[in-house]
Amino acid sequence: MITLQWIYWLAGGYFSWISWRGLRDTRNPRRFTTALFWGLLALAFLIGERLPALWMGVLAVALAAIAGFGGLRSGCYEQSGIEEKRAEATRLGSRLFWPALLIPLVTMVLAVVLKDLEFAGMRLLGAEQPTIVALGVACAVAVAAACWLTRQSLGSAVEQSRRLLDAIGWAALLPLLLAALGSVFAASGVGTAVADLVTRAIPVDNRLAVVLAYALGMAGFTMIMGNAFAAFPVMTAGIGLPLLVTLHGADAASMAAIGMLSGYCGTLMTPMAANFNIVPAALLELRDPNAVIRAQIGTALPLLACNVALMYFIIFR
Amino acid sequence: MNAAVAYWPLLGVLWVVLGFALRLNPALVVVSAGLVTGIVAGKSLLAVLELFGEAFTRQRYLALVLLTLPVIGLLERHGLKEHAQAFITGLRGATVGRLLIAYLALRQIAAALGLTSLGGHPQTVRPLLAPMAEGAAEIIGELTDEQRQRLRAMCAGTDNVGLFFGEDIFIAFGAVLLMQGFFADQGITLEPLHIAIWGIPTALCAFCIHSLRILRFEQRLLRESIIATTTMPPSATPSP
Repeated sequence: MITLQWIYWLAGGYFSWISWRGLRDTRNPRRFTTALFWGLLALAFLIGERLPALWMGVLAVALAAIAGFGGLRSGCYEQSGIEEKRAEATRLGSRLFWPALLIPLVTMVLAVVLKDLEFAGMRLLGAEQPTIVALGVACAVAVAAACWLTRQSLGSAVEQSRRLLDAIGWAALLPLLLAALGSVFAASGVGTAVADLVTRAIPVDNRLAVVLAYALGMAGFTMIMGNAFAAFPVMTAGIGLPLLVTLHGADAASMAAIGMLSGYCGTLMTPMAANFNIVPAALLELRDPNAVIRAQIGTALPLLACNVALMYFIIFR
Repeated sequence: MNAAVAYWPLLGVLWVVLGFALRLNPALVVVSAGLVTGIVAGKSLLAVLELFGEAFTRQRYLALVLLTLPVIGLLERHGLKEHAQAFITGLRGATVGRLLIAYLALRQIAAALGLTSLGGHPQTVRPLLAPMAEGAAEIIGELTDEQRQRLRAMCAGTDNVGLFFGEDIFIAFGAVLLMQGFFADQGITLEPLHIAIWGIPTALCAFCIHSLRILRFEQRLLRESIIATTTMPPSATPSP
């Protein structure tokens, strides 16, 4: 019943509204390009699946060009002073937490408990990406609750989010562009070339060398692709399966699990995993876009060493 | 070991690494790397653009987290951050270290039970965890701007570590099914439960390593605030 398409329309409507408000913000020095950016993104959500792939590709390049050449700027937003915020915080108290907590709670209830619920043969949530659909519904519920709690209109909520959106700017687009880059990499044979280079460089008879190559290869290739899921089939087909499982008789289940988690150590260290590392830095208003990565390297490197050790001692049992 | 493997597409990887290292705008670096990689792999410009557009359409859902912003923006205008800080300062025994370690543990356990959506940067870190951590840190003393930035980055990192090293223990998680599917294609049958169980040792290591780092981070904040209050002028604070 509620499908991913509905949430795309919701997002399209939201970005259209943001675009319209941005266009009327005369204090933004780049209001036309800012409005164009959000307008094109709205278009991608409203009719993206009906446009030819070539047009969508051009649209993606246009979005990147606007963001890359400084077309996104902040304007002027209705803001409240610190005194007013303190007064509101005292007046509303812990009730302020509820709408914020509703987002994860409603998402969880819908995506985990009510996922397969059916009404008259129709599923409540569409089969495609039920968690994302649940998140969209949860946002709608939570925004209604927040408006009710603060006695504000939906327009005011959108206006307040415009401040955050314009501050995040190009970082919001980066995860989509990186996902697109990942598929170009995959279609162009980048993975096979990397796996081939690694296998040429190591002594394949040495167990430790192969374990190191697989674990570090997973981490390194994940850093290139920004995604351990993309690295796993390449590294496992290139190194894990032929060398560890077939040649050295390793246990496939534990090798795969620890190999994937070695890839996750790479995710912690790369700007290519923009939605985990770059978007949060923008969201938390950090000056250094790599600040989150810097905070994570100290965990990722020792953990990667643990993974190598665990793999060496576990998979050859 | 196949001599026919083409190394040209690696140019795209080099391009990305260089672009990030030279701090060029990431959006431009990524798009140009995509075009370069496709073209050196022998595709036409139009074919590369089509490939790009197809993936862009398929992965649009990545931008849907932005739908959380109206709620957060509205609540922040009405004092959500201020209240989160006041709330944590009112709890007895609340410290930055305890708060972040408790969050890490909860995030890992929830993710291991499949509840990955019970947290996240726009959902919990920006509106709740970061202001609470700042409130807890300010019980000791006022934070400098630089300390505030480091603390927020640590909050974001804690959410990532908790998520990544919890979710693989959940047997119905995408990664576990991906691994099982990959081996099934190669004619090797694996039980999802076996894959999930071998995620546990790394998950425990991740919890220990990151908790230790949180405690060291807290110690450093404490040390800096002691130095700042005992030495004059405060700008003479040495940085390690």
